[in-house]
Amino acid sequence: MQSVISVSGVSKTYATGFSALKNINLDIKRGEIFALLGPNGAGKTTLISIICGIVNRSSGTVTVDGHDISSDYRAARSLIGLVPQELTVESFETVSSVLAFSRGLFGKPANPAFIEKILRDLSLWEKRDAKIITLSGGMKRRVMIGKALSHEPKILFLDEPTAGVDVELRKDMWALVRTLRESGVTIILTTHYIEEAEEMADRVGVINKGEIILVEEKAELMRKLGRKLLKLELRNPLTALPAGFETYNLDLSPDGSSLTYTYDNQAERPGVASLIRDLEQAGIQFRDLDTENSSLEEIFVSLVRRQA
Amino acid sequence: MNYRAVWAIYKVEMARTLRTIMQSVISPVISTSLYFVVFGAAIGSRITEVNGVSYGAFIVPGLIMLTLLTQSISNASFGIYFPKFVGTIFEILSAPISYLEVVIAYVGAAATKSIGIGLIILATASMFVELDIQHPFWMLAFLVLTAVTFSLFGFIIGIWAGSFEQLQLVPLLVVTPLTFLGGSFYSIDMLPPEWRTISLFNPVVYLVSGFRWAFFNGEPDVPVEISLAITLGFLALCIGIVGWIFKTGYRLRT
Repeated sequence: MQSVISVSGVSKTYATGFSALKNINLDIKRGEIFALLGPNGAGKTTLISIICGIVNRSSGTVTVDGHDISSDYRAARSLIGLVPQELTVESFETVSSVLAFSRGLFGKPANPAFIEKILRDLSLWEKRDAKIITLSGGMKRRVMIGKALSHEPKILFLDEPTAGVDVELRKDMWALVRTLRESGVTIILTTHYIEEAEEMADRVGVINKGEIILVEEKAELMRKLGRKLLKLELRNPLTALPAGFETYNLDLSPDGSSLTYTYDNQAERPGVASLIRDLEQAGIQFRDLDTENSSLEEIFVSLVRRQA
Repeated sequence: MNYRAVWAIYKVEMARTLRTIMQSVISPVISTSLYFVVFGAAIGSRITEVNGVSYGAFIVPGLIMLTLLTQSISNASFGIYFPKFVGTIFEILSAPISYLEVVIAYVGAAATKSIGIGLIILATASMFVELDIQHPFWMLAFLVLTAVTFSLFGFIIGIWAGSFEQLQLVPLLVVTPLTFLGGSFYSIDMLPPEWRTISLFNPVVYLVSGFRWAFFNGEPDVPVEISLAITLGFLALCIGIVGWIFKTGYRLRT
């Protein structure tokens, strides 16, 4: 798949001397959902702002669908819709008028039917004549999305789209994002809700302290770095780990009632089956067992820690 | 040229004017009418003619200039400062629109509004005194030039300002004194020679003088060509500063 956004060697140093981005290289594939993960202050918003033309880069080049964002900014920006992190809206305007404004700003002819479709998709049609100041936070968030979609972008940036949004609305947004992707829109979202990336993304990039530390297919990432846990509830509490089990990576709970076995999916360690056999031979009986996959969140935390 | 974007911004700015019509149109008209009643009718009736023009009529161009300057600056500075303040500026910055187009839209809207107010005040004044405009073309030319120039100036203040206080600072501390001391209510010929010389450093003197000449012909405080040159010079200066702001991204793009 060809890349629709190509970021190469981009750095950003603010006037204060703060280095927000360090030599970023990143390619976004056409039609994918890309999740950019990172802790607060990692540089996610700075990177997006550079691609969208809000912040000047200190060095490097960015092309959007082959258009350089500086020399050919009109073509580049026309393709992009941006939903920023903060709810910045014109409080005294009506919902439909701000969408029409955004469309005009991006040089598209007025199209009330299309605006109506967006408003209906976002469940805002009933509120089309309401002043934005009267809307709830979740509705304002949807207005922001509506504005970004009003000029039919081919690339959509969602900066922390579901921050402070309730569960139901979050599910709606995910559904909307999938529909957009099906229609061929490339989606880049930043989030620190790992759950969101896990649920939605095709690929995940992790950024920390201004550096991209990893870009990977989500499934591959989970497989590579995923760890599994096996938890055994013991019938009779143990005071210490029995001898002969040192090769297993076992944790005994403080009250001695459970054992936790952590293993990497592809590691060359003795498997679960041999552990259970060995436990049986040692006369350790258990009432129950439970396994779980580590989530992207744990992967992410361990990556960021490793770098720190 | 992204005409649709220019039109979209212009329309929103004009809609804001109409939405706040009390504050943005009626209040300057009322305050100017009050000046007119107090200075023109009450006090003016005891003042003899100035350069062959009744005092009531004499102050009309000055009053229009006064309003034109303050309105152009406040409209344009607020127009660009407000999106910066609430954060909606991100959309302008991320849109496929050039700096020139941004300026045309914001400055055009601010200038349109202050020209409108200027004409309303002119109409109001003509109900009180008889006005026979000698050079209608030059009257309009000075009106439009001044509105555009000071809207540009306001735009610069709006971009520079980091707080509402700073937004008010320049109009309050610089522009208001300059306009009051710029011969709106008097001819600088009435001043003692040293004050007359000092007044010549006040750019507003040239604007008012040129504008007044367009109304009454007669002998202006300064030659009309110089008035025009100073106005165009200030316009060029403002265009230069705006150009520099956009080239460097000053206070807009970090």
